[in-house]
Amino acid sequence: MSTGTETPQSPEKPLETLESVVIRFCGDSGDGMQLAGTQFTNVSAVFGNDVSTLPDFPAEIRAPAGSLFGVSGFQLCFSSGDIYTPGDEVDTLVAMNPAALKTNLNDLRRGGTLIINADSFDKSNLQKAHYDFDPLTDEKYLAGYRIHLVPMTRLTRDAVEGLGLSTREADRCKNLFALGLVYWLYDRDATPTEDWLKQKFGKAPAILEANLRALRGGYTYGLATEQFTVHYKVPAAHLPPGRYRKVTGNEATAMGLATAAKVSGKELFYGGYPITPASDILHELSKLKEFGVRTFQAEDEIAAITSVIGAAFGGAFAVTASSGPGIALKGEGIGLAVMTELPMVIVNVQRGGPSTGLPTKTEQSDLFLSYFGRNGDCPLPLIAAQSPADCFAAAQEAMRIAVEFMTPVFLLTDGYIANGAEPWRIPNVEDLKPIKFAHPREVNGNGEGYLPYLRDENLVRPWAIPGTPGLEHRLGGLEKADRTGNVSYDPENHQKMVEIRRQKVANVAKTLPPQEVDGPESGDLLLVSWGGTFGAVRTAAQVARRKGQSVAHCHLRYISPFPSNLGDILKRYKKVLVPELNTGQLWVILRALYLVDAIGFNKIKGKPFLIHELTEKIDEALAQ
Amino acid sequence: MSVEAELPVLTPKDFATDQELRWCPRCGDYSILAQMKKVLPTLGVPREKMVFVSGIGCSSRFPYYVSTYGFHSIHGRAPAVATGLKVARPDLMVWVITGDGDALSIGGNHLLHAIRRNVDLKIIMFNNQIYGLTKGQYSPTSPQGKKTKSTPYGSVDAPLNPLSVAIGAGATFVARSADVDIQHLSETLERAAAHKGTAFVEVYQDCNVFNSGAFEFATKKDQKQDNCIYLEHGRPLVFGAQRDRGVRLNGTGHLEVVSLDEVKEDDLLFHDEQEEDLSHAFRLAQLRWPHAPEPMGVFRDVQRPTYDGAVDQQLRDRRAQVGEGDLEALFNSGDTWEVH
Repeated sequence: MSTGTETPQSPEKPLETLESVVIRFCGDSGDGMQLAGTQFTNVSAVFGNDVSTLPDFPAEIRAPAGSLFGVSGFQLCFSSGDIYTPGDEVDTLVAMNPAALKTNLNDLRRGGTLIINADSFDKSNLQKAHYDFDPLTDEKYLAGYRIHLVPMTRLTRDAVEGLGLSTREADRCKNLFALGLVYWLYDRDATPTEDWLKQKFGKAPAILEANLRALRGGYTYGLATEQFTVHYKVPAAHLPPGRYRKVTGNEATAMGLATAAKVSGKELFYGGYPITPASDILHELSKLKEFGVRTFQAEDEIAAITSVIGAAFGGAFAVTASSGPGIALKGEGIGLAVMTELPMVIVNVQRGGPSTGLPTKTEQSDLFLSYFGRNGDCPLPLIAAQSPADCFAAAQEAMRIAVEFMTPVFLLTDGYIANGAEPWRIPNVEDLKPIKFAHPREVNGNGEGYLPYLRDENLVRPWAIPGTPGLEHRLGGLEKADRTGNVSYDPENHQKMVEIRRQKVANVAKTLPPQEVDGPESGDLLLVSWGGTFGAVRTAAQVARRKGQSVAHCHLRYISPFPSNLGDILKRYKKVLVPELNTGQLWVILRALYLVDAIGFNKIKGKPFLIHELTEKIDEALAQ
Repeated sequence: MSVEAELPVLTPKDFATDQELRWCPRCGDYSILAQMKKVLPTLGVPREKMVFVSGIGCSSRFPYYVSTYGFHSIHGRAPAVATGLKVARPDLMVWVITGDGDALSIGGNHLLHAIRRNVDLKIIMFNNQIYGLTKGQYSPTSPQGKKTKSTPYGSVDAPLNPLSVAIGAGATFVARSADVDIQHLSETLERAAAHKGTAFVEVYQDCNVFNSGAFEFATKKDQKQDNCIYLEHGRPLVFGAQRDRGVRLNGTGHLEVVSLDEVKEDDLLFHDEQEEDLSHAFRLAQLRWPHAPEPMGVFRDVQRPTYDGAVDQQLRDRRAQVGEGDLEALFNSGDTWEVH
């Protein structure tokens, strides 16, 4: 490594081995913290660590500089063992300004490493962070941490001197200085980041050189200064063999949907309207034109769902995605899809609500909305993904159910897994199963022509599509007569059709694998969770068992219908605890359907569960 | 085309369904349905390739009565359903049947965006200036002062001019006709069918129960020639039972009704439906009875690439560039690593 500043002394510093480390980069929303975190994640993943990330950014794109609400953070855990979460406590906190220090210090463990850009602690920034004292000179405030005050702004400016950059441009490189320093601290090879910079700034040689010099400057600073006496390595993890890449939940969802269509010999139609945190699904799919993916950025959420209904009528594998407010707007359209019994996937990337709520924060509070949020008795299947990489399989499974049962299907993810990333073992394309579908070519009625609502043994109706001679038929939102699909106001028919639609969704359970339980088959306590809380709850249950507690974990992918053995499972434990990032929505449904006296554990802070929050609740539940 | 030659010869009867019609006796919708069934067999498009999509309202029952594929959707959303269908299936001929409340009130947004994208849809808007299915409230096209169930003292709302809205959104085809002007209506529907891109047709339609006679000025034999200008491409704007009056663009840039006794035909405004500049069609749309004679027929018919065609083209271009999508390559894009 070369340096843009002074020649390093290259002292030999001890290298200690750690099993697992949690780092958080935090600074202004314009400081490039998401970039620093993403690059560290990539470098660690390529090295072979298991990784899990938690980006946390404000809803404002560029909040006022230095303000408390403008702080953007990126947390990641990298490990040589299996990990399921980005970690409870931060081992190393990089704080680029006073506001970042103030809002993040509580999460740093006692004895943790604190790397601070000391240059940013001027009077104005202290004021904006509402500090009425200088935290860097206050003995008590930072007591118990390993503090490294680094004049990052000045060192970065020195590193890029002579390149003709403005001060503003030079200061933009300080995230790479910080990244370089942390690379040294954790013995990372910066090559993937250097390659990435070369690709990104290839056409702007001065900017490229500045970024490279800042990155190397940070690394050399760690190597050379006496501040840092030791650095660490985290060996590669023992993941199952195979080829891996890093994916976010939204990337995996998009790939899963495109894959479901491609391996089934179908084109994918995606209708969507931009909304945080679902937009990346639209972004990803809009790149995949060579797969026959047609993306339609609709004028609003209602047009998004209704265009999808039109495309499904035309025979496409059809998808829309949104988040709470958008899903609310789609309600009437989803009802039409239930009535016309057309296949489609509706992805709900949940965020904090109600109303506009917390657009960039995570929550599980749209379970009721997705389950019940339509007029009339309007059931549909509902499944949830459990982690970023799992979105790939969950998206394909949602499409399978939609097409095999001619029904809209909800796929629930959330902001945490949508934006979070983890290693994904790349599947063999030959192992991916096509989804079975048929478009009839012949009339099915006994001398009655084509009957669009004649059903098979699972109560599924046929999917004849326009362009097929002799099968011309009309669908619509008015109640259908059984078999013929004609408009019907007949009371007996209405009761029958409502029951058929409900039974059809219930029949999905016949195709589901039995629900699995991690841990003892019966015992003192069963944790029941769904969706993006998988990692934290699974880890908490394992921690509890290591302490000798009789705790099992049942994580639900299928929420409507539930797997048929769920009722039996719930009866085998003395207590049932349902942790959720809402006020107890699955809890209500489980109690209603199974008459189980489950206990709820509810966190509604826009943040995922921490493992210790769950283990403490487990202790409490077992003690009662 | 050989495909056309192989088509069986169909008649209007072949486009009827077994469904009992549920419109009020003497509703204008019957006439529009009859003209449509007359036009459809002449288009050279197989019946199974046609789809009628509608929203909610009296007019939106239409798909049940045409033996093509059909979709009776929800209130206001027909253009969005039709857009999804047409983008997914560019091979289909897609008609949208809507009304003044459906298209301009609850569904105004979708109408605007379908038109500005120029999706290849034939949008037929039945304008009866009233909410019929909900039994007689004023609509966004009801004239100011209109007394209805929801406006017992007269409506204070300013109405929308449907053609101005369509032209304002950049419509490539805009026309107006009337339910019982059967020859004119069928010719207008044929023109709409032949257009590649969004065709927007306003059809004056009599709701004889809640708004009877609203369009007599344009449908009564003894009145319509004096109240309407029947547009002809490349011809001057002449009207009147005696064809003795015309419309010219005066020195201040306004349209003005003149007598042909005083002004020569050559000095009248000539109709050019292919004029790219929207102002010609927009100006014509401002002529409203009873203040001026109302133009009927095709206001505008210009060519622009369609949205569905452009989406399809991007897919073909990309495939020509990089070949058919390869999942293996997609999965392995970005940084990957091996675990042994």
